[in-house]
Amino acid sequence: MTEYRPEYRNVAAVPLKDIAQSEMASFRTQVQERVAAGGLVLSFFGAPIDMEMNLICVIGQAETGALHVFRTAVGESYPALTPTIPQVHWFEREIAEQWGIRPEGHPWLKPIRFMQRAYNGKNILSADGADVQVGVTDYYSMEGREIHEVAVGPVHAGIIEPGHFRFQCHGETVFHLEIELGYQHRGIEKALVGGPHKRTPFFMETLAGDSSIAHGIAYAQLMQALTGTQASTRAEYIAAIALEFERLANHTGDLGALAGDIGYLPTLSYNGRLRGDYLNMTGLICGNRFGRNLVVPGGVNFDLSPDTVSELKKRLDVIFRETRISVDLLWATPSVMARFENTGVVKKEDGIALGWVGPAARACGIEVDARAHFPFGAYREIKVPVASQESGDVYARARTRWQEMENARTFIDTALSTLPDGKVRADVDVMRKGALASNTLVVSLTEGWRGVVCHTAITSGEGRFAAYKVVDPSFHNWFALAMSLRDEQISDFPLCNKSFNLSYCGHDL
Amino acid sequence: MHRSLLARFRQGHRTHRFPREAPTLPPLYRGMPRIQSEKCASGCTRCQEVCPTDAITFQSGKPTLDMGHCLFCGLCETACPADALTFSRDYRLAVNRRQGLIVGDGEADRAALVETANRVFRRSLRLRQVSAAGCNACEADTNVLGTLSFDLGRFGIQFVASPRHADGILVTGPVSENMKLALQKTLDAVPAPKVVIAVGACAIGGGPFRGHDEVHNGVQDIPVDLYIPGCPPNPWTILDGLLRMLGIETPATQK
Repeated sequence: MTEYRPEYRNVAAVPLKDIAQSEMASFRTQVQERVAAGGLVLSFFGAPIDMEMNLICVIGQAETGALHVFRTAVGESYPALTPTIPQVHWFEREIAEQWGIRPEGHPWLKPIRFMQRAYNGKNILSADGADVQVGVTDYYSMEGREIHEVAVGPVHAGIIEPGHFRFQCHGETVFHLEIELGYQHRGIEKALVGGPHKRTPFFMETLAGDSSIAHGIAYAQLMQALTGTQASTRAEYIAAIALEFERLANHTGDLGALAGDIGYLPTLSYNGRLRGDYLNMTGLICGNRFGRNLVVPGGVNFDLSPDTVSELKKRLDVIFRETRISVDLLWATPSVMARFENTGVVKKEDGIALGWVGPAARACGIEVDARAHFPFGAYREIKVPVASQESGDVYARARTRWQEMENARTFIDTALSTLPDGKVRADVDVMRKGALASNTLVVSLTEGWRGVVCHTAITSGEGRFAAYKVVDPSFHNWFALAMSLRDEQISDFPLCNKSFNLSYCGHDL
Repeated sequence: MHRSLLARFRQGHRTHRFPREAPTLPPLYRGMPRIQSEKCASGCTRCQEVCPTDAITFQSGKPTLDMGHCLFCGLCETACPADALTFSRDYRLAVNRRQGLIVGDGEADRAALVETANRVFRRSLRLRQVSAAGCNACEADTNVLGTLSFDLGRFGIQFVASPRHADGILVTGPVSENMKLALQKTLDAVPAPKVVIAVGACAIGGGPFRGHDEVHNGVQDIPVDLYIPGCPPNPWTILDGLLRMLGIETPATQK
C-alpha cells in the first residue's frame, strides 16, 4: 500500500509545500488506488509551479467528504492514465491540448476545444503541426451497406449554443454519436492567470451563463479561503437561496422542453412561463434575472428586506403549486411516459467508469451531490436529500430533476424562514497586493443544477493566480449524452439531448 | 383528458398586455444609465476605475458611458460618491447605430431608431439566431420571447431553423475565432434584403472578453441594423428593440 496524503475538506486552503511532489509512478498508483476506492476525478490538469510543469489531480471521495490532491512533475509526455481510468479520458485530451504534453497510449487523443495552440505555443494534436481548424479532425466512422453519417451543427435549429454532432447510423439506429465542441472557446482560463483582475468575477458569471450563481459561489468561497475571510451565515443563506432558484428555473425550463420535444404542448407552454417566474424571483433579489453581481467574495451584494422575504415566500408558494400542476401532467399522461421510459438509457457502471456527475449520474443510481457530500455554505446547516433514480433513461432524468425541484422548494422555504441576522458582506479587497495567501492551493466545489462545479486555484509567491482551473459539470457529462444515443433512434436525439441539457460554453471556457 | 383541461383552466391567461401596457420590471432593475456631470467632483474618476469593461471614458472632465460595453453591473453607480451616474428603470435601450449607445449628459438619443424603422418586415420578420460563443444568458432571454408570457408570434416575428427561411440573423456572443466562419456562412445563406441584430455586450463589442485572442470583439465587419445592449438584456429590452425596429411603438417604464 502506498502512503496516503492528508485529506482536505471542500474549500480548504492548503499550502503547496504540504502537497508533496510524487514520482510519476507513485502518482499513478495513488490516483488509481483512490479511484478504485470509489473516488471521482473532479479535476486533472497541468500547471506550471515554480517554472516546472506539474500534473495536479483532485479526487473526491463522496462517502467521507474528503478531497485528495496528488501532484507530480511532468516532461513532454507521460504514460496515459485513461486505459486504466476511463474517467480521465477527456482531462488527458485537455492536458495535451493546453500544454502540448502527450499522454502516451491514450486511446483517442484529439483536440477538445480546437485551441489554436497550447499555452506554451506547442501544437501536438494536428498532423505535422498544421493550423488547427475547428471541427477538422479524425472522426470515428463506420463502413458497410446502408451505413450513413449524419452531421449536425455547429449552428443548430433552435436558439441554442453551437456544437458539432456526428451520428454513425444504420437506418434509423445510431451506433455512435461523436460530439465535437470548442466553438464557444473564449480563452477564459488563460485570462485568469495573473489575476484576480477587475474582470475576474465577470468571467465567473459567464463561464456558463445559466449557472452564474453556481460558478459565482465557487469563486467567492475560493477567494474567501485565500484571503482568510468568512462570509456571514446570512450571506451564505442568501447565496444558497439564489442557487436553488437557479436550479428551479433551469429544471422547470428543461422539463417543459422535454415535453415540447415529444409534442406534448401543455407542459411546454406552462413551464416556459413558470421558468421566467423563477428567474424573476432571482431578479427580485438582485435586479438581474440570472443573479449577476449577487455573489461576491465576502458575501452577497444585496440583502433581503423583510418585505422581499415575504414576497419571495408568497410567490414561491403560488408558482411552485402551478409548476406541480404542470409537471404532474407528464407523469399522468401515458403517451408522455411511453416516450420517456426506456429512451436514452445509460448504465450505472458506465457512469462510474466515466465519472458522470449531477442529476444525469443520480438518475442512474450514482448518488453524488456536493451539497450533501462536500457541504459548503448554508448546506452545512440545512441538509438537502440526494434525489436519485435507478433506470437511467429520459424518465429517470426528468424525475430526478423534479425531485430536486421539490427539495429546492423545501430548502428555500426553510432558509427564508430561518434567515439569520447579520451583515451580508464582509470587507475584503481581493485586488489589494498581498491580499491572497501565496503558494497556496484551494479546491472549491458547489453543486450547480447540472452537477458538481469544481474550481481549483494555485497562487504564486506574489499571491496571484499561477493557475485557475475550472471544471463545469458538462465537462464530465458530454460523453454521457453520446452513450445515451447508442442503439437509439436518431429521431430521439433532441429528447435525449434535452434530458441532459449540457453547457457548451461551460465546457469550452 | 379532464386532467389536462383542468390544468389549462388553473394556469389561466398569462400573456402580458405589452405593448399596450408597460412591462413589470424588478425594483432593483438597472436600465438606461443617466449621467449628470455637473455633480462630478473635480478630478474624480472612480466610476472609470471600477468599470470591468472600460465602458466609461472622460472627455474634458465629463464622463460618458458606452452601453455597448456596459455589463449593467452597477459598480460605477455604487462607487460614485456624488450620484452623478445612476441607472434608471428605462428598459428601452436598443438603437440602430453604434454611436447611439454612447450616453453623455442628459437624455440619450433614441429618435434615430424610429426614423428608419424597417417597414419591409413590418408584418413578418423571420430570424435565424446564431450564438457565437454566447454564454447562454442572451440566448435564454431571447428564447423566452417565444413563451406565452411574451408570445412573439403575435407580432409576426418568428425564429426559424434555416437561414434560407430567414429575413435576418440575431447574433449573441463575442464571436469566437471558432465561430467566425459559421457566422459568416449563416449570414451569407440569408437572402437579401436582410437585417443583422446584435444582442448583448458580447455581440456588440466583446463584453468581458474584449481583447482576448480567441474572440473577435463581437460582430465586426458586418453592418449591424440593431444594437440591443445588456448582460444579458432583459427580455423586455430585446422585445422593445425588435418592435421599434419594425415601427411599432412601445410604452415607457411605469413610474
